Amino acid sequence: MKEKAVSRLALYGALVAFGLALLISPFASPWPDGLERVAEDKGFIERGDVQYFRAPIPDYLLPGVGNEKVATALAGGLGTAGMLGVGYGLGLIFKRKKSKRAAW
Amino acid sequence: MHIPDGFLDAKTLAATAVASAGVLAYALRRTEKELEERRFPLMGVVSAFVFAAQMLNFPVAGGTSGHLLGGVLTAVLLGPWAGSLALATVLIIQCLIFQDGGLLALGANIFNMAVLGTIGGYYVYRGLGRLFKNNPLAQAAGAAWFSVVVAAAACSLELAISGTSPLPIVLPAMIGVHALIGIGEASITAAVLSIVWKTRPDLLERGFAYSSISGKA
Repeated sequence: MKEKAVSRLALYGALVAFGLALLISPFASPWPDGLERVAEDKGFIERGDVQYFRAPIPDYLLPGVGNEKVATALAGGLGTAGMLGVGYGLGLIFKRKKSKRAAW
Repeated sequence: MHIPDGFLDAKTLAATAVASAGVLAYALRRTEKELEERRFPLMGVVSAFVFAAQMLNFPVAGGTSGHLLGGVLTAVLLGPWAGSLALATVLIIQCLIFQDGGLLALGANIFNMAVLGTIGGYYVYRGLGRLFKNNPLAQAAGAAWFSVVVAAAACSLELAISGTSPLPIVLPAMIGVHALIGIGEASITAAVLSIVWKTRPDLLERGFAYSSISGKA
């Protein structure tokens, strides 16, 4: 019963996360965030131009997708799915370790 | 507040990386020992939610936006140690896949947001119990606001120590804008937790995410 309630909460949470990532993120404010704005105002934003590697989905825009809003939505969807998988995997690892301990 | 590469100097990058690695290693051990069974399924969902929510920039003042950090939200639902791991995972994925936050700066970003903002935020949440008469929503809102401001202050210190911007200039600017962003953080944190409270109030019980058997937090 309690397990069910947590799983239901988890399911709703996942659905909400996907909804936000797919439907709302393309309409997020394009303005620079707090740190970027301060960096612009105080003249050190250019220092951030250095890149040591190229990430696959830079700036949350899936490459090869013409429409920016769609590119953002897809990037968000992929990221959310990825986080679900990684987070769930982490939880599983801890669960296994815990049962191993309990076993002895 | 994701610091890109190029903002911080080598010593600051190294120091924050070492500190973060140490804390995360400790968090791994604490989580493994203490995280309650019922919270394991939440790790994925909370991480996913924080990731998605961090994409939703909202305007705060002329030409500036903010977004959820999610440290206190995560810590209240998962506990400070699992919470810091979840936040760190989000930051790592954001950096490696989406180029959000620098690679060498990962240590600093993890320190500001997953350590100070999450673990620190959790203890502020607990500490506000007296002031807010054990109302977890009010405590979480207060702690959430504070966590954003503290993270911004730490970021300012790192920038100043790196010689990127003098402290008397960068600190007031960062605190000023993040005091505003913190209001958004507090509102979103309280709103999400109020929904959780309706369905699983025991997840917020007494502000403790750990079983009362261990008595530790």
